Amino acid sequence: MDNPYLPYEARIIERIQESSSLFTLRLALTDAQRQEDYQFEPGQFNMLYLYGLGEIAISIVSDPHEGGFIDHTIRVVGRITRAMSELKPGDVIGLRGPYGRGWPMRIAEEKDIIVVTGGLGCAPTVSVINYIAHRRERFGRLNIVQGVKHSSDFIWRERYDQWRQLPHTQVLVAADAGAAIWPWHVGRVTDLFDQLSYDPSRSIVMMCGPEGMMRAVIKAMHECGLQDSDLWLSMERNMQCAVGHCGHCMFGSSFVCKDGPVFRYDEVKPLLGQRGF
Amino acid sequence: MPRHELQLLLRGLRAQDYTCYGPTVHENTITYVPIEDVAALPTGYRDEQAPAHYRLTKHENQHQFAWANGPQALKPLLFKPRQSLWTAHKSDDDRLDLRESEPVNERMAIIGVRACDIAALYLQDRHFLHTDTPDPYYRAAREHLFIVAVNCSHPAATCFCASTGDGPSVSYGYDIALTELEDGFIVVAYSTRGQDLLQTLPRQEVTAAQMQQADDQHEHAIACQTRTLPSRNLQHELFSKLDHPQWDDVAERCLSCGNCTAVCPSCFCHSEHDAGGLDLAQSEHLREWDSCFTEGHSYIHGITIRGGTRERYRQWLTHKLGSWHTQYGRSGCVGCGRCISWCPAAIDLTAEVTAICTGDGDG
Repeated sequence: MDNPYLPYEARIIERIQESSSLFTLRLALTDAQRQEDYQFEPGQFNMLYLYGLGEIAISIVSDPHEGGFIDHTIRVVGRITRAMSELKPGDVIGLRGPYGRGWPMRIAEEKDIIVVTGGLGCAPTVSVINYIAHRRERFGRLNIVQGVKHSSDFIWRERYDQWRQLPHTQVLVAADAGAAIWPWHVGRVTDLFDQLSYDPSRSIVMMCGPEGMMRAVIKAMHECGLQDSDLWLSMERNMQCAVGHCGHCMFGSSFVCKDGPVFRYDEVKPLLGQRGF
Repeated sequence: MPRHELQLLLRGLRAQDYTCYGPTVHENTITYVPIEDVAALPTGYRDEQAPAHYRLTKHENQHQFAWANGPQALKPLLFKPRQSLWTAHKSDDDRLDLRESEPVNERMAIIGVRACDIAALYLQDRHFLHTDTPDPYYRAAREHLFIVAVNCSHPAATCFCASTGDGPSVSYGYDIALTELEDGFIVVAYSTRGQDLLQTLPRQEVTAAQMQQADDQHEHAIACQTRTLPSRNLQHELFSKLDHPQWDDVAERCLSCGNCTAVCPSCFCHSEHDAGGLDLAQSEHLREWDSCFTEGHSYIHGITIRGGTRERYRQWLTHKLGSWHTQYGRSGCVGCGRCISWCPAAIDLTAEVTAICTGDGDG
């Protein structure tokens, strides 16, 4: 009988230090068959287990069609992520997943895409940008909008530079506070929206970040003529079981772990931004 | 069935390899534990319940089920307060061997189950079993569960099952139901296996007078309930009053202790954690009951979503009486009143809901 709580052993193939507090673990399930059978969609997540400490929910950032490995970009926040940051290639951890509903990639095909990210290298949207980058011809114009608190929080500059080189793609970055040589905008991401390149009648917005920022984006996109059903967001809540049993991730009547983490705006509209939910 | 023949029911269940659990007096409360003899039942006991109040009193009569409930009934027997899920073993070559904790297939027969607790059992079934990822531990306890229900004849002052529509008499979900009368029990089977067991027991025809007594008891058990909820579906009502001042008022009194969620027969929240061995050779991964009243419940990377008691109480109530409708097709409250009796601050859910949904507050 399947036990939905049991992780499987996975080995660290590679470890990349992305910034002082951000690192990527490239993992492969030790059981080769299990790794081969492993399938996921951008926006889904895994539960990663560190021996003796416990599990955490981490978004998958690699491409679903690059077989052989699964990438997770992790920010050092608590005791488990701190301990995980010390892992080296060859070390093993536990992995179970994938869980949840990912980004609506089929709905997004042919459409102009606006990806808005707030905060530190928001992994769920990295997965979607990479996915589109690898299948560029299937999608319309691509707008990548990144907001950070301070310009020093902006990481992955090379990656953004690479994305800028993609056809029909633009990258817009804003920092609430910028350093002297900051080439980007100082202010809010929504300040940049008049530079977006899209057709409001066939566009889709995918966003991830602080809920206040997402509400501001939603308001701005409404003003630009987009409908609730064009707006998609990835939510974050405490997750322990990842299968809708433990109750920690409830957002109103939604279980973020299985009904999300990606939601269409109208599914979460009544409570989004409501303190305490 | 004459009272002295109740032991035959236990014997019949044991003959089918069931472990019988029944209500007993333990730490001055009604508690369900394994029993072998009907002598363990709380003969002559009544319970006196009020907000923040639970007392058992002993009387000179032979009634074994003339009480409403104790702090727990079925929940801890099926959804265990602490459950091992798997154990990680670290080998000498630093491999990780992850082994699931085997679910224990139990054959439990529980005697004296109330209508409200059956309703809560069905809610837990929906949560843990009727999903793409059924819980193997809950299933192992649930699969062979045999329920001997008792129609409630003495609801407590805190009970409001008539208002939620879940009691006082059972209407589904049991194998055998007892109605306790002065001189014995009316016994009814609901399931095939209940019917089969009943066939093996000596029976007498129920007299018209006994039927009348049962009906009177049922009517009395409804009539004596004074607490009510404003409606069976308060989802829209509660979610339209998220800024009602009553939430602040109740937060002044609530201790955020989580007693209400612990005694609630439908609350399912739990957390997972690791318990490492002293030799560091293995680490057991466990789950334990958790509560939306704890600070950790809503913690996520440095933020606590529900930092205050107002937000936590509101989460509990809007979920229990609101979101359950979307999740599982009905309210999560079965009217057992446990959260009222076991609240150390004497907060009465029915009063709070009534103030929020029918009061004059803004929102």
